[in-house]
Amino acid sequence: MSSIGTGYDLSASQFSPDGRVFQVEYALKAVENSGTAIGIQGKDGVVFGVEKLVTSKLYEAGANKRIFNIDRHIGMAVAGLLADARSIVETSRDEASNYRSNYGSPIPLRHLVDRVAMYVHAHTLYSSVRPFGVSAILGSYDQQDGPQMYLIDPSGVSWGYYGCATGKARQAAKTEIEKLKMKDMPIVDLVKEVAKIIYIVHDEVKDKNFELELSWVGEMTGGKHEFVPKNVYAEAEKFAKEALEESDDSDEEDL
Amino acid sequence: MTSESMMSTEFWRNGPSPGSVYNFPGPGQTAMQNQSQIGAAKRTLAPTVTGTSVLGIKFNGGVVIAADMLGSYGLSARYRNLSRVMKVNDSTIIGCGGDYADFQYLQSVIEQRVIDEECLNDGLATHQRGLYSWMTRILYNRRSQFNPLWNVFLVGGLQDGEPFLGFVDKIGVADESPTICTGYGAYIANPLLREAYENNPNMTLEEAQKQIERCMKILYYRDARSINKYEVAIVTKDGCIVKPPVQPETNWEIAHLIKGYE
Amino acid sequence: MYSPSIPDWLNAEHETGTTIMAVEFDGGVVIGADSRTTTGSYIANRVTDKLTKVTDKIYCCRSGSAADTQAIADIVNYHLNFYKMDFGEEPEVKVAANVFRELCYQNRDSVSAGILVAGWDKVNGGQVYTVPLGGMLTRMPFATGGSGSTYVYGYVDTHYKEHMSKDECLQFISRGVALAMSRDGSSGGVIRMACITKEGVERFVLTGKDIPKVFDAY
Repeated sequence: MSSIGTGYDLSASQFSPDGRVFQVEYALKAVENSGTAIGIQGKDGVVFGVEKLVTSKLYEAGANKRIFNIDRHIGMAVAGLLADARSIVETSRDEASNYRSNYGSPIPLRHLVDRVAMYVHAHTLYSSVRPFGVSAILGSYDQQDGPQMYLIDPSGVSWGYYGCATGKARQAAKTEIEKLKMKDMPIVDLVKEVAKIIYIVHDEVKDKNFELELSWVGEMTGGKHEFVPKNVYAEAEKFAKEALEESDDSDEEDL
Repeated sequence: MTSESMMSTEFWRNGPSPGSVYNFPGPGQTAMQNQSQIGAAKRTLAPTVTGTSVLGIKFNGGVVIAADMLGSYGLSARYRNLSRVMKVNDSTIIGCGGDYADFQYLQSVIEQRVIDEECLNDGLATHQRGLYSWMTRILYNRRSQFNPLWNVFLVGGLQDGEPFLGFVDKIGVADESPTICTGYGAYIANPLLREAYENNPNMTLEEAQKQIERCMKILYYRDARSINKYEVAIVTKDGCIVKPPVQPETNWEIAHLIKGYE
Repeated sequence: MYSPSIPDWLNAEHETGTTIMAVEFDGGVVIGADSRTTTGSYIANRVTDKLTKVTDKIYCCRSGSAADTQAIADIVNYHLNFYKMDFGEEPEVKVAANVFRELCYQNRDSVSAGILVAGWDKVNGGQVYTVPLGGMLTRMPFATGGSGSTYVYGYVDTHYKEHMSKDECLQFISRGVALAMSRDGSSGGVIRMACITKEGVERFVLTGKDIPKVFDAY
C-alpha cells in the first residue's frame, strides 16, 4: 500500500493511474483481519473449517457462526465482515431458491458461484456502493459431479480449488493444506486434518480465544451440507489438540 | 412516478443503477400482477387432473393419513401412480385431494419453506399447527382473489407429544377433528372411522392402520374415481414416513350369489 | 355466438386434435404423432409436424391449440438456449419438462396445451414426462396424449412391456398411432416418429402403405 491517500482510493468506480482499484484492495484487507476459514475437497466430499475469533468472554457460545447453509447441498464458509457475509448468504439462498423454482432441481454449484461472483463484482463498479469485505468458500457434493469447491473474493473473481484458505492465517494454512493428499482422502479423515490446521494456524498470542467450526458435505451425509455431528467434532478437536501438543514438545526438544 | 421509484432513483443517483446491469433477483412479477394489468382474467373454476378422497385418523401417539394414487382426468383413470401424501418434515405430513397441478405448486412452495428453515439450522422447524395455519391463509387468500387452489388438504402431525389432525379446503374452510375424510370418504369412510375412534379413542398404530385399510377398500368398492392402490403416511414420535404403495386384496364373492335382478 | 348456418371453421381455433405418444427404452426414447391439424372439421394441415425440437436431444409432442403449443415450444426453446449459454451445458430433460410445466401451470386459464416432453440426457438417459391440461408434471415409462389417445388406452395397456428394444418401441408407437388415426376423426394423415438417443435424433415418416394395417372393414 505505498500509494495510500493519493486520492484514488475514495471510490470503487475509479482506477488509480497505475491501474488499481483501491477500494477492492481495502476490502481484501478487511478479509485479512478476519479469523481463518479453510475448505478442503476430498475424494467423497468437502470439509469446511473456521477459526471463529471470540473477542470477549461475555459472548454467548456458538453465536455469530461463520459457516452457512445455502441450499440443502451447498455450504459456505466465510472470512471478513460478518454482516457483509450475511448479505451474500441471503443473495446466494435467493439464487438457489430461484433456480429451484425455475428448473425444478437443485442449483449446480458452478452456476451459483457464477451468479454470486457477478453480484459481488457489480459492487466493485459503482461509486455509490462499497465492495463486500468478504471471501466466501462454497462447497457441494452430488452423485453426478462429485465434490466441488470454489472461492469468491471481494473483487468478484472465483476459482475452483482442491484446498483453499482465507483470512489472517491463510498463508500458513495453505502451506499445511499443500502437505495433504486430499484427492485420495475421505472426509471422515479430512475433518481431523481441517481441525488440526485451524489449531496450528491459530495465533494464541494475538488472538486468545476462538471457536472451531466444522462442517461437511459429501457422500456419507447424503449430499447434504451440515455441521459435523458432536462425536466427530470432539474426535477431530482432540486429534487437533494432541497434534499441536506433540509439535510443541518436539519444538522444545529442538531448542 | 410512484414514491417508491423516486426513492430508488434517490438512492442510486451517484452513478448508473447497478440494477440495470445486474438485475437481482430479477423482475419477480407474479402471474396475478400480470393479470391485473390486463384487466379481465379467467380463473381456475374447474380442476383438471384430480385426486379423490383423503383419509386421516389420530391414534395413541400419532396420526395416519392415506390417499389412493389415482389422478383422474374427468371420468378417465389417467394417472395411476401419483403420490398424494407428502412428508413435510420430521413432525408433519399432509395429504391432498383435488387438482393435482395445484397440489404440485403448493408442494414446491412448502418444499422451499422447509429448505429455508433447514438452512437457518437453529433447531427449530415449523410444526403442523404453524403449517396448517399458514395453509388456511394461503387457501383463503386465493379464494378471495377468485382464483382458488382447487384442493382439500389434510395436515397431520405431532407437537409436544399431542397428535394433530386438521383439514382445509379450496375456499379456506378449516377444521380439526380426530378423524377426517374428504370427498367420497366424507360420506362413506368418515362414519366408520369416527365410530371406530369413539369405541377406541386410544387405538394403536396397528389398529388405526387396520381401520384405514378397511375404509380404503370400501371406498374402492364404492367410489368410481378410486383405484385399488394407496399410500399411507404416518407420523409418530420417531418421525414421519410415507410407506410404499399397497394394493389390498379385494373380495367379490357376493357376485356368485347374484343372478338376474329382483 | 353460435349460429348453425356459419361453417365451424370460421370461428374455430386451429387445434392439433391429435394423437401423440412417447416411450422410454434403455438408452433413449421413441416419440410419435399423427399429422392432422383441424379447424373444426376442416383439415387445415394434413402433413403437420407435431414433434417439435426444443434442444438437440429434447423434443416435445404437442396437442391442443396449435397456436398455444407452438408459442410455448418457442418460449421453452428460448429458455433452454439461454440455459445452454448461461451454464455451458445441455439442460436435463427434467429441466425442460419443468419449464414447460411452469408455463402451462401459470397460464392454465388461458392456454389449451397437452404436451409430452421426451429426450435423452447424460444423467438419467431416456425420459418421458407428461404435462397435461392443468399444468401438472409427472414422469412415465410411456405416455399418450391428444384426442386420439382415448381410443388406444386398451392397446397401450395391453401391449406395453418393460425393456423394449428400439425397434419394438417404434412398432409399439406406430401401431398405436395407426389405431388412433383410424378411430379418431381429429387424427390422421401420416405417422411421424423420432428416436432420440445419446447419438442424436433419427426421424421417421410413415405414409400410405407403410402405415401399419388395422382392422377397418366395418
